[in-house]
Parts: sequence; C-alpha cells; structure tokens
Amino acid sequence: MSEPVLSYQDIRVTFATEFGEVDAVKGVSFDVMPGEVVAVVGESGSGKSVTSSTAMGLLPENATVQGEVLLQGRSVLNMSTAERRKLRGAEISMVFQEPMTALNPVLRVSDQLIEALQVHDIAFGRAALEKSIELLERVGIPEARTRIRQYPHQFSGGQRQRIVIAMAIACGPKVIIADEPTTALDVTVQAEILDLLRELKDELNTGILLITHNMGVVADMADRVVVMLNGEVVETGPVAKILGHPEHPYTRRLLAAMPLLREAGDASLGSPRVSVSEPSRSAGEPTHDSVAPALQAKDVALEYSFRRRSTRVVHDLNFTVQPGEIMGLVGESGSGKSTVAKAVLGLLDVAEGELLVRGENMPELPAKQKKALKREIGVVFQDPAASLDPRFPIGDIITEPMVVHKVGDKNSRNARARELLEAVRLPESVLNRYPHELSGGQRQRISIARALTLDPTLLIADEPTSALDVSVQAAVLELFSELQQQYGFACLFVSHDLAVVDSLAHKVLVMQNGRTVEQGSTDEVLRHARQPYTQRLLAAAPVPDPATQARRRAERQRLLSVPQ
Amino acid sequence: MTRYIIRRLLQFVPVILISTLIVYALVFAMPGDPIRALAGDRPMSDAVRETLREQYNLDDPFFIQYFKYIWGVFTALDFGSTFNGRPVNDLITQRLPVTATLALVTFVIQSIMGIVAGILAALYRDRFFDRFVQVATVTMVALPTLVIGFVLQLVFGLNLGLFPIAGANDGLMSYILPALTMASVSTGILARLVRGELLDSLKSDYVRTATAKGMKRTRVIGRHGLRNSLIPAVTFIGADLASMLGGSIIVETIFNLPGLGQQVFASIQGQEGTVVVGIVTLFVIFFVVINLIVDLLYGLLDPRIRYE
Repeated sequence: MSEPVLSYQDIRVTFATEFGEVDAVKGVSFDVMPGEVVAVVGESGSGKSVTSSTAMGLLPENATVQGEVLLQGRSVLNMSTAERRKLRGAEISMVFQEPMTALNPVLRVSDQLIEALQVHDIAFGRAALEKSIELLERVGIPEARTRIRQYPHQFSGGQRQRIVIAMAIACGPKVIIADEPTTALDVTVQAEILDLLRELKDELNTGILLITHNMGVVADMADRVVVMLNGEVVETGPVAKILGHPEHPYTRRLLAAMPLLREAGDASLGSPRVSVSEPSRSAGEPTHDSVAPALQAKDVALEYSFRRRSTRVVHDLNFTVQPGEIMGLVGESGSGKSTVAKAVLGLLDVAEGELLVRGENMPELPAKQKKALKREIGVVFQDPAASLDPRFPIGDIITEPMVVHKVGDKNSRNARARELLEAVRLPESVLNRYPHELSGGQRQRISIARALTLDPTLLIADEPTSALDVSVQAAVLELFSELQQQYGFACLFVSHDLAVVDSLAHKVLVMQNGRTVEQGSTDEVLRHARQPYTQRLLAAAPVPDPATQARRRAERQRLLSVPQ
Repeated sequence: MTRYIIRRLLQFVPVILISTLIVYALVFAMPGDPIRALAGDRPMSDAVRETLREQYNLDDPFFIQYFKYIWGVFTALDFGSTFNGRPVNDLITQRLPVTATLALVTFVIQSIMGIVAGILAALYRDRFFDRFVQVATVTMVALPTLVIGFVLQLVFGLNLGLFPIAGANDGLMSYILPALTMASVSTGILARLVRGELLDSLKSDYVRTATAKGMKRTRVIGRHGLRNSLIPAVTFIGADLASMLGGSIIVETIFNLPGLGQQVFASIQGQEGTVVVGIVTLFVIFFVVINLIVDLLYGLLDPRIRYE
C-alpha cells in the first residue's frame, strides 16, 4: 500500500487554562491514506476535533502540541509559520460544521472563492472567476455564473456547505478534514452532501478525515474508523469490524445508544428499544368518545406577519392527540413543525381554524381561562443551556411555574421540586446549584422536571434531545418515556430525527412546506410510507451498518431517479 | 429603498415638531421678562415695550405663538429675528461654519485615533499597548470635558505654544485643541468598541475559514476581520457626529469660538427664545438627517440588511 497522505503520531495536546494544564489529547496516532475516508468518532470532549486541528494549525494560542504530524511525509509541526500557511488550503483543507457562519456574510461568494485561488497562485483575475464558476458548478450550485455574485445569506444551508466544499477543493488538496460537515443539516441535505464528498474523493483521490458523532454517517462514508474517548484512541479498525463487531465497551455503548430507525420485519419491533408501551389503559379505561382529546387541530392555518404583510407558513393542519399519547411531528427545516409547537404554546396567533386543548378552543378563550388552560401544557425546549435562566438556582427554576400560577406555598413547592428531581433521577443537592454547574444532559432533565411541575396533561417537546450527545440522548429518551408512563401526559414531540421519533411516538405526522404529507401510526408511516416525500426522508436517514447503508443508498438513488 | 427613505423623511416631521415644541415651551417657561432683559438698566417707555411685545407676539397664548413661529419656519424657512432686529437666519449663516468645522475636525480626529487604537489594542491583546489603551480610554472618558480643555490649553497652548488658546483667527490650527477636547470621550468609547468587535470577529467561523484557505494573517484581519467589526463603529461615529453640535456648547465657550454653541448659550442667558429655538431646530434636523445617512450606510456595509 502507498504512503499515508496524513499521519498523526503520538499527538498530545495540552491547554493552559486558569485552572492549570488540561490534557485534551493524550497520545493519539493514526493514518489517512490517499482516497481513503477515515472517520474519527467520539462524543463532545473526546478530543477528536482538537487532534485533527493540529494538522491545520488552527488551535488557539494556549494549546501546546507534542508529537508528529506528517503531511505526505513532511513534518508539519516543525515548519515555519509561512511554510504552514502555504500548506493550508493547498495541500490540506477543511470543511466545517456550521455552514451558516463559515462564510463571511459581507463578501460576495465570488470574492471568497477567488481569494482561495489567488492565495496559492492557482489563478488570477478573470481566470480565477472562471475557475470559481466551474467549482460552483462542480459542487452542484445551479446557475453558478449568476449566483456567484450573490452573498452567502442568499443561499440555503446545504448550498452554503457546498460553497465551503468548493473552497476546500479549490486548490486540489491531498487531504480534506471534514469536521461534522453534515451535523447542522437536514437528513436529505446530509445525504446529498455526503454523496458529493464521496464523488469528489473518488475524482481527486483525496484522503478524507471525517470527524463525526453520527454512526450512520460513518457507515455511509468511512473505510476505517478511529474511536476516541477522553483524548485517547480506544479502538480502531475497518468500518465493518468496528460497527459490526466492536470490541471496546465504549464503542459498544456508543452503538447501543444510537436510536435506530427500524425497518419492517425488524425483530425488535415487538419490544421497542426504548420501551414505550401503548399509553397505559387501566381497567375501566375511558374511551376516546367520552374524554376530549388532549390536543386537536382543526383546519389550522398559521401565519407570520411582518409590517402588516403576512406569510402563511402552515396550511390545513388537522390532527388529534389523545390523552396519554405521543405524537411525533416530523419535518425538515422550514416545514413549519416548530411553528405548530409555538401556536400550541400560545406564542403565535392562529390565523384560521381551531386549536383545541382538552376540547376547548384555546385561542378564542378569554385571558383568564386561557391562562388556566395553559397550566395543562408543559414545554421542553431544544437547547437546555439557553432555556434555563442562568441566574436562577435549580430549585427556583423547577418551582417557577407554581409561582406563576400561584400554586401551593413555600413548603409544598419545595416538596414538589424534590419529588421531581427524584423523578428525573438527579440528587436533591442540585436544588441550590445553578444551571452552568450541570452538564447538558442534566440540564435537559431539569427542563423536563420544570415542564412536569404542574402535572400537565400535554407536553410540548421541541427537539428536546438534538443538542445532546448520543449516549446522553439515549438516557434522556429513556427517562422521558418512563416519565410519560408514570405521569400519563400526552405529548407533541417535534423532531427532525426519524429514529428518535420511532423509539418514542405512537403516531407520526410528517410535514413539508407547511403542509401535512402523511400521518398515521408510527408503524404505518415509518415502515409502510405511502407518500414519496416520506419515503425519501426515510431513505436519507443513514443507519449504522455499512452493508445495510450501501443498500439503502442504492434504494435512495432509485427513489430520486423516479420523476416526481 | 426609495420607499424606505420617503418613510423616514416623513417621520422627520413629527420629530421636528415635537422637539421644537418642547424647546419653545422651555424658553416660554423661563422666568423674567425678555423685553426688560433686553432693555437692561435703561428705562423704557410703556409704548415702546408694547410695540416690542406685539412685534414678537409675546401677548399671544403659548400655542398661537408657537404656531406663528413654526409656520414661518416651514413656509419661508424664516427662523424669526433677534430682539435687535437681526434675522436668525443671518446669525446661523455666520456662525454655522465655525461649528461645522469644529465638528468635522473632531470627527476626523476621533475616527482615526479611536479606530487605530482599537485595532492595535485587539491585535496586541493583553500586551503593553492594549493595557495602555484600556487605561488611557478610561481616563479620557472619566475626566470632565472642562478639565481636559483647560489642561490642553495650559500644556499645548500656554507652555508649548503649539496651538492658539482661544478664538478662531488662525484657520484650522485654532480648531485643533477644541476638537481634541471634544473628541476625548468618544475616542475612548470608540477604541473600546472597535477592540471588542474585532476580537469577537477574529474568533468567528469565517475568519477561521479564511485562515484555513492559507491567507496571510494581515490579509485575514484586513479583509475578513475588520469590515465586519467596523459596522457597529460606523453607527457609533454617526450618532456621535449628530450629537456633536450639542456638545459644542461647552467647548465653544471654553475656547471662545464664535459658533452656534456659544450663541445658544448666550441666547439662553438673554432669553432670546427665537434664537434658541432656531438653532436647536437646526441641531435636530442635523441629528435626524445624519442618523438616516448612517442607517443607509449600514445597508451598504452589511448586504444582509435590506430596506423596504
């Protein structure tokens, strides 16, 4: 086999912080061959991004790097600043996680592409512009010749990531470091970007170092896998072996935590992985006829207005969530799913139709009754870091809904906070601590506890686990379904992750561009989808098994080739 | 864009009406009899006093006085006349150049010093120059304008003899010390603003992307870092330029510059309502116009902002 294009040898990275030295990476070694995709996987804090950044020299100033990084046999770490600069973009380039912020908002795309070429003397002036247009066409931007004059904000997230990729390949690098390149994107866009990277790799024989936490992406792209934990490599090997027969307990744990989108005939279908039984129907269970649905939408339309001009973003929405039932609301960005959640929370007026909470049309109620009805609705937001007030101690956060609705006195509120902390499995000592002292997963447990304070009959969960690491996500989802059985609330679960919805929801509603595409039981929608859009959405979600994923990829290509 | 400008211009009307009304009311409410103040110690016959009162509409109710005045402003650009019969328009044409020169010199000095100091402080973060800028800016912001003015007069005017101490008889040279005095506070604030914005911008993802392209550090900062970080600075400088006319009152008095600020001060003392209102109306118009220009400039600097 040929020489590795990029080789990390015993890399150690230490950060000097005000609390002393922190070892982020503790002796990591691995190689990337030409035309090979090596995936580095691990959770936040594992050191995967820090390790790869050593090759680019993009680490902050307080970092010390030891060891050796060889780029085509040349030692990178001992080079002068000027020599390293010449490598960046030319020999080794990078694709970043956030396409929304990776491009300069005030410069035209043409300027940003041309400068990438000019820096390394590839082309100048007119020729550079022509080459830039070619690059944009190569990465699949339609009407590249006119659109190159536009600014980044005039492109969608997926298109911006394509532009970043165009910059990365502008000078024909030997290796591309892709740091979570699809994490911020919708599944269908993710699949397209991965296709593009795969094509470019074959065409240019570039090595790709793919940093990701998504085992589905690994299965889709990688030849070899490096699993990292706390700054060390715990396991490395070919993708089939790591995903099929993992040896290290951590790798197994990572794989087990990954929520699975099960296919029809899956053995585990009878007993869900994150066990959710049908809402408990005790003896003498009330039939749906006698009890009003927890939430019901009748021909609902929702609008945003700006300067007296309104844009309708949700049309003709109809659904029913029975008491104790979880409904997954699925769709890509811009589908209107979060707008629906907003309207149910009363944060957005309903333009048309009725939104019934326990049988009462909430938007039409007088203020006092509306407030009383809102007691019945709990909410968990996406980002636990942003949705908890940093100046409130945890105890106050959990009991705030009781204060707002004037429920109980000091003692009963405290008792309720203790009870809920126990329910979300956090120690009582957390009561007097502040949100920043807790981890992301712990904070999301606090959010859930707060949502349950008033014993709501309906819970709105807007992407509650998408900001969390997979293993943390698995624990939070498990807790969520247990609490749901214990408290019996109905739930509107908004998510873009079909696998998460599969593990939790009794029924699913798929939205696209503000319209309902398909709805029905989870099994019907996710395993026997009738609508082409749902089928494409399902096909785009990668599964952590290289063989299955290859088959699914072929299936997806077939679906896409069918004219719609 | 055109619609946006028209809408903004229409918004000027209530702003100008309300602000002049307030100033007019304040002048109206001042104690004492302006005619007597005009006469000073000399005796004045009742007939003369009556004629003067009538000439300046002083016997009309407050709102009638105000409307007569504002009507003149809007229909004939007539800001009235002073008590000794001189049109306020004349006064303004004579004194505006002084204040405008002062404002422009101040604007240039504070923009250059503030932005350069801010950029250098950000680039040499936590090093000597940065610390120096931090201390110097706090000192400048904390010291009263009066003190800075007197110190500059003493050191550069009296001891070193580099600049004239007072008056406007030496061309641009006579404006240097007043402008430095007026620029002191804003230079400090601007330096800190630019430093913070540039540091934020250097941490941003697009600067990292530019670095990853292999661009030189200086190019990365100049092309990607600076432009984004100067947008808030432009807003600040614009708002400051607009308010400078008001700030000129103290500085023109310290340095004895015959500008609008000095005139306003004298007219307030002399209870010459028409002059005060006329000049303040002019300040208000400047303020709203410059703010509109700044907002339009903002749209040029940041393509994400579109006005409709």
